[in-house]
Amino acid sequence: MTRRVVITGAGTINALGGDVPATFAAMKEGRCGIGPLEIRDVERLSIQIGGQVKGYDEHSHFNRQQIALYDRFTQFTLLAAREALAQSGLTFTGALADHSGVILGTSGGGLTTQDENYRTVYEEGKNRVHPFIVPKLMNNAAVSQVSMEWNLRGPSFTVSTACASSNHAMGQAFNMVRSGMATVMVTGGSESMLCFGGIKAWEGLRVMSKDACRPFSATRNGMVQGEGAGVFVFEDYAHAKARGAEILCEVAGFAMSSDASDIVMPSKQGAARAIAGALRDARIDRAEVGYINAHGTGTAANDKTECAAVADVFGPHADKLMISSTKSMHGHLIGGTGAVELLACIMALREGVIAPTIGYEEPDPECALDVVPNVARDAAVDVVLSNAFAFGGLNAVIALRKI
Amino acid sequence: MSTQDKIIAILAEQALLAPSDVGVDDALEDLGIDSMALVECIFAIEEAFDISVPFNANAPHNGEFDISTVASIIAAVERLKAE
Repeated sequence: MTRRVVITGAGTINALGGDVPATFAAMKEGRCGIGPLEIRDVERLSIQIGGQVKGYDEHSHFNRQQIALYDRFTQFTLLAAREALAQSGLTFTGALADHSGVILGTSGGGLTTQDENYRTVYEEGKNRVHPFIVPKLMNNAAVSQVSMEWNLRGPSFTVSTACASSNHAMGQAFNMVRSGMATVMVTGGSESMLCFGGIKAWEGLRVMSKDACRPFSATRNGMVQGEGAGVFVFEDYAHAKARGAEILCEVAGFAMSSDASDIVMPSKQGAARAIAGALRDARIDRAEVGYINAHGTGTAANDKTECAAVADVFGPHADKLMISSTKSMHGHLIGGTGAVELLACIMALREGVIAPTIGYEEPDPECALDVVPNVARDAAVDVVLSNAFAFGGLNAVIALRKI
Repeated sequence: MSTQDKIIAILAEQALLAPSDVGVDDALEDLGIDSMALVECIFAIEEAFDISVPFNANAPHNGEFDISTVASIIAAVERLKAE
């Protein structure tokens, strides 16, 4: 029993904006959301920039009891879910509630809560922490809070595969609706690692840029972290149609692969197998693909490997399609990144605007594709892909189609 | 232990060699030090000498810290220590 799966709601908060319209506007302008980090002990970091959600006041969204239980990654998730579910117009009771669930990606989960409380016991020498630290920091906190807030009582869990977490999560949600296991799945992901410990750990790898994220540019010098959430409502097409819901696009296919080779260095073959697998799963001819939202981290290793994989899979069509990395604008949201990047895919399909790769300075012969440099482009596309290739060699690619 | 001996000990440990098998004219590739081992070497050097090494794994050969040979690393560390 195979069903078609559509998206009937989208929500976000990220460095580019507090909702989907603001994020689309920023992507169309090619605005950079990356700037100086405003966090405690930033002067002790060698990396002091990030795609931080600025001007955020948790008290304007949540009450004191909620804040005691909601880490920043959970707060971002709930705000994005609120927007997505409002757009979908769905409420969950009875059989629909039992047959709908939540699958979200995150890598660090409540890392900020861990960081703050380790500081309390190690640095400040206190012997007591707040009673709700565990339910606040656990990686499934966001999923559980969403399920409680909207009465989603079906299959629900958290996926954690580093930089591919959100894509893996959305792939699971897609297959659950497609197979008939669920009618509606709330899915996407969230990350909030911009705390002292979160950045300090990444610094160690020596792959972070101190000034900007410039994917595919010969002058790129590393990745920049971001934070935020993207949440979507994946729904059985027949169910959405029957209730007259506005359909944003179709989720056409999904595939995943493992490089099985190196814990940090990406593999062209692993990436290519995931991309080709998504096309096969969606029964899409490669010539139909108009746009790819790249993983495009801005590291030396990822960008050339990704371009080589795309060239391998698409052959001559690789020179005709557009591929951009919006990480140049919102930063790398690690476990939440695929979710925020799916917005660029939806914008391409619905509004005919391709988000640019900003910060692009100089062509790199090893990244010789149309990376939509610096300026958004009007283009009608019917099929798009979103790539995510994680540390650990775990790859996940989603295909979306106009409907 | 001299700066040179300390650095050779660090590189030898990563390369799984005896310090006596590490020559100052050797390139890191000759010693079998790959990109991940290199990042660990840089970390160990920073810890051993209490210095901060300007090194970006995205462009290992373009930085101010010359990693082309054991001798060039020793010279670069001497310079950083003097700063």
